[in-house]
Amino acid sequence: MSKRNTTRLLVPLVAILLGFALGALVLIVTGRNPGAMFLAMFQGATGVNLKAGSFNPRYIGEFIIQSMPIMLSGLSVAFAFRTGLFNIGAEGQLIAGSVAATAVALWVEAPPVIHVLLVLLAAAVVGGLWGAIPGFLKARFNIHEVVITIMMNYLALFLNNWMVLYVFGSKDRIKTALFPATALLKDDALSALTNGSRLNWGFVPVLLSVLLFWFVIEKTTFGYSLRAVGFNKDGARYAGMRVERNMVLSMAIAGGFAGLAGAVLTTGTFNYGRFLPGAEGYGMDGIAVALVGGNGAFGVFFSALLFGMLKAAQPLMQSQGVPKEIASIIQASIVLFIAMSLGIETLISKLRKQKIEALGEEAGV
Amino acid sequence: MNIFYSMVPIAFAYSAPLVIAALGGLFSERSGIVNIALEGIMMVGGFTAASVTVVLEPLTPAAGYWGLLAGLCAGVVFSALHAFTSINLKANQVISGTALNILAGGLTVYLAQIFFHQQRTAAFTRGLVKVTVPGLASIPLVGPLFFVNASPPFYIAIALVLVAWFVVFKTPFGLRLRACGEHPQAAASMGIDVLAMRYIGVLVSGAFAGLAGSALVLTQDIQYTAGSIHGSGFIAMACLIFGKWNPFGVLGAGIFFGLAQALSLYAKDIPFLVGIPSEFFYLLPYALTIIALLVFAGKSVGPKAAGEIYDAGKR
Repeated sequence: MSKRNTTRLLVPLVAILLGFALGALVLIVTGRNPGAMFLAMFQGATGVNLKAGSFNPRYIGEFIIQSMPIMLSGLSVAFAFRTGLFNIGAEGQLIAGSVAATAVALWVEAPPVIHVLLVLLAAAVVGGLWGAIPGFLKARFNIHEVVITIMMNYLALFLNNWMVLYVFGSKDRIKTALFPATALLKDDALSALTNGSRLNWGFVPVLLSVLLFWFVIEKTTFGYSLRAVGFNKDGARYAGMRVERNMVLSMAIAGGFAGLAGAVLTTGTFNYGRFLPGAEGYGMDGIAVALVGGNGAFGVFFSALLFGMLKAAQPLMQSQGVPKEIASIIQASIVLFIAMSLGIETLISKLRKQKIEALGEEAGV
Repeated sequence: MNIFYSMVPIAFAYSAPLVIAALGGLFSERSGIVNIALEGIMMVGGFTAASVTVVLEPLTPAAGYWGLLAGLCAGVVFSALHAFTSINLKANQVISGTALNILAGGLTVYLAQIFFHQQRTAAFTRGLVKVTVPGLASIPLVGPLFFVNASPPFYIAIALVLVAWFVVFKTPFGLRLRACGEHPQAAASMGIDVLAMRYIGVLVSGAFAGLAGSALVLTQDIQYTAGSIHGSGFIAMACLIFGKWNPFGVLGAGIFFGLAQALSLYAKDIPFLVGIPSEFFYLLPYALTIIALLVFAGKSVGPKAAGEIYDAGKR
């Protein structure tokens, strides 16, 4: 393994270890039992309760469904990152995707499998369009995508709520009418397999997305030109690549991944469109997932499982007397440690250089 | 007219935390550090203020003001983390800010569970009470708008706008601060300590955002919950952009966005606004900010070096 690859793996691993250590420290300082937290995490990931010696496959199902949307929002953030764009808008693109999924689920009539495919397609396209807007504004007017995507997150949130209340209609002002069975990723067989969890077919589009990400970014000329823009915009332009077009397309594809997550949530985890009182944090989770995963397809896969496990373990932690927000604290610290890594690396190399110089002086060079 | 007189003070009350937090963002961005953690800092400030107010209310009638002060201090401490990672460790400022936002959401509710054994702070009874200024309140027309049932943080916001304008545009310190945000290498060549100026910028933004979060929770809520700040930090960012990184612009944008929030409550009583869903008023600030960015596009309105990692060797 080359040195670059080693550091690429080492940085997230050290950050993860430090994050969990810090989380345990916070628990100890506030008088809670970190052992209970680690037991809850183990049970969340494997379904095995080490204390009682029991096994419940429902936890595995919940672990998988918690990982699915953040794997997609992670792919979304990572894809834009590879083109040098910071997509804070996965949250909004996800919401736009769920609105589209709700519309197709409620308004379109189609035979079983085709209806689901239409739902997924609509969500990806609308999420993609929602993502393409900031991409276009960046490419055409050089408006910073971070600010636009933040604003568009809230725009999507309130448009969603308006749609749910006034267009789709809602009796209880919380959710729309239930979707027809043809539109659902939900499946009783999968649910029964995992002792009544909310496990659904959403994992199929999610895994295909991971493979698609890998293929496009690593194996195609198009992916190469996207990465070239990310490495050096001017260089890519000089080499004849269409930088502006790549930015728009990159954000559109990123939005497509996030939009798909919206469909997986609305027709897999739930079976109705939802009124959202506030942002749910899938976009923020996506940023954490992408950073820990080093913006690569398989890195995102594993880091989404890590954070999915943390989410799945939250109710278990709470029932064990460990406040479940410790999971957010751990997640945030991991992100912070990764953000610091550049500075820490330069610090270490500076120290090393000083040491070498000092040794040189001692030797009388 | 009655609606007007009851709505405007509410709009001012809503605008106060937005203006204060946006002024914080102004100091940070003018020094060259983007601070998208305003939201998270407001959460930490709001949580601290609510907790301190709950504890002090039985002891002193000024508990709310001690809460404000405590929230301000908590904001400074929390923002120091952003300063350290993005200035000393040269972290990407947007990532660092995102981490702070996630951390704030977790940490505040975690601590609420430790201190109050529930996912929110205990409720305070009074918070910051609205004030009616004797004498000034009886001025015709203006009195009822500005001096009757006014939210104390609104006066703080006005004062801070004047202070921020004076400091940033009329003092040598302000000139240096702005230089660090425009061209830090040039500033450094004139002997300005860029890192120190940026530290000041970020810590001031922490103080202001902490104060803003406290003001929001103590005037518009009865306790701190995970949803108390509900995106106000991002509206504050919108104010900063809409106000073109200028204190008076920020004040105007803040009042306008506050008015949009107040309208969402009053629209049902105003003839030509009846039937417009409140969601429309909620999304107005965000939509207008996108439009404003389109209008500003190509003109240099924001600090040029904001968001860039400072490299002393760059030319």
